[in-house]
Amino acid sequence: MKRQIPLMLVLTLGIIYFFVPLVSIPWVVDNLQYEVFNKWLKIIGVFAVIMSVASLWRRNAVKIKRKSGDYAYSYLELIGMVLMAALAIIAPRWNIGNGMVLGGIGGNSVYNWIFMNMQVPMQATMFSMLAFYIASAAYRSFRARNIEATLLLITAAIVMIGRVPLGENIYQFMLKLNGGEAAAFQWSRIFDFQGITQFILDVPNAATKRAIGFGVAMGMLATSLKIIFGIEKSWLGGTE
Amino acid sequence: MINIIQTTIGAILTLSIFSFLYKDNPLYRIAEHLLIGISVGYIIGQQYHMGFMNYVITPIFKEGQLIYLIPSFIGLMYLGFFSQKTSWLIRFPIAISLGIGAGYGIPYTFQASIFIQLRETLTVFSEPGITGFGIFSGVLFLLGVFTAIVYFFFSWKHRGVVGIVAKVGIYFLMIGFGASFGLTVMGRISLLIGRFLFLFKDWLHIIS
Repeated sequence: MKRQIPLMLVLTLGIIYFFVPLVSIPWVVDNLQYEVFNKWLKIIGVFAVIMSVASLWRRNAVKIKRKSGDYAYSYLELIGMVLMAALAIIAPRWNIGNGMVLGGIGGNSVYNWIFMNMQVPMQATMFSMLAFYIASAAYRSFRARNIEATLLLITAAIVMIGRVPLGENIYQFMLKLNGGEAAAFQWSRIFDFQGITQFILDVPNAATKRAIGFGVAMGMLATSLKIIFGIEKSWLGGTE
Repeated sequence: MINIIQTTIGAILTLSIFSFLYKDNPLYRIAEHLLIGISVGYIIGQQYHMGFMNYVITPIFKEGQLIYLIPSFIGLMYLGFFSQKTSWLIRFPIAISLGIGAGYGIPYTFQASIFIQLRETLTVFSEPGITGFGIFSGVLFLLGVFTAIVYFFFSWKHRGVVGIVAKVGIYFLMIGFGASFGLTVMGRISLLIGRFLFLFKDWLHIIS
């Protein structure tokens, strides 16, 4: 029963909701689409956050309790989490000077100050560091060994040059050598990196993305059907 | 004064994370764990005010819409996760979310990701006043979509004509991946420039 009822729920709701976007009966739109789909799922999702936060808390608490490995850092994780949550939920909205308030999530709150001055710089730095790793990986692995690898290499180089002022400067220089816009034979066009980049993005890149998109859509449809008809059961977890 | 404090905190955290480029070290680990903690705390705050207060507390307790007790009760089943005896309860909210999401997703995916995309693909030549270059681009686009799809079609062995078409598909895919790679690199580089500007302009005032 612990597995059968959830499977029946998925089947029933899956079949009902397959027809919901297809009908325009006001009762269905108001209740099943607007009310249940838009609001009820959000409410259920709010409680899912409690579970995920509790899971993170438990992971760190166990680490601290067992004093395993670098457990000291777990304190920092918990302190950051509790501090932000307390500032947002419990802290009173006292004025603490400089136009800032202690509690709440408003633009002038300490919660927002920490987010803007600690979380945002750290996250931006984390992402920016990937530039070094991508460059390093590209240096080690980009070799024109065959046609496919050469195409990848050349396209990446053109797009990178086409996205910086250097690309435009090269084109302008070549255009000058070519005799300007009025020249009969515009050989300098092959150095128009911005134009070539745009063409690559609009045509071959968009075409492959669309083809991959079709594949993804088919995969989503197949997975949805497998879930609805109980072929895919991994979400049930466990065996009980 | 507050500006100096906030840019200094941001700069110290930025440098702590950059220190990983040398090697894994305590400064990086401190910043990394702080980032996770603050990010989760931020989500808790947002979910409490935007989700819990807006969708649960206000409608039920202030507006008396008791109907929302039903999804709240279903959501509460997630808390069964805390005990091994009741952990099976979390299957109910997951089943409801999955069932509704999967069922609703099928016609939506058909409409948004297949029918509309297919229409846009097949009507590349229908633009008014299309030029010769436009026709060339349209043909290339169609060829790219078709050959890339054939490459992903594994019901036939990639031999003979199918093999040649699939090979052309690989070339298109490589051009697409190269473009995506180039764009990703440039995106990261612009973020990096942003961080250096923050350090040298906002914090140290070395560049104007």
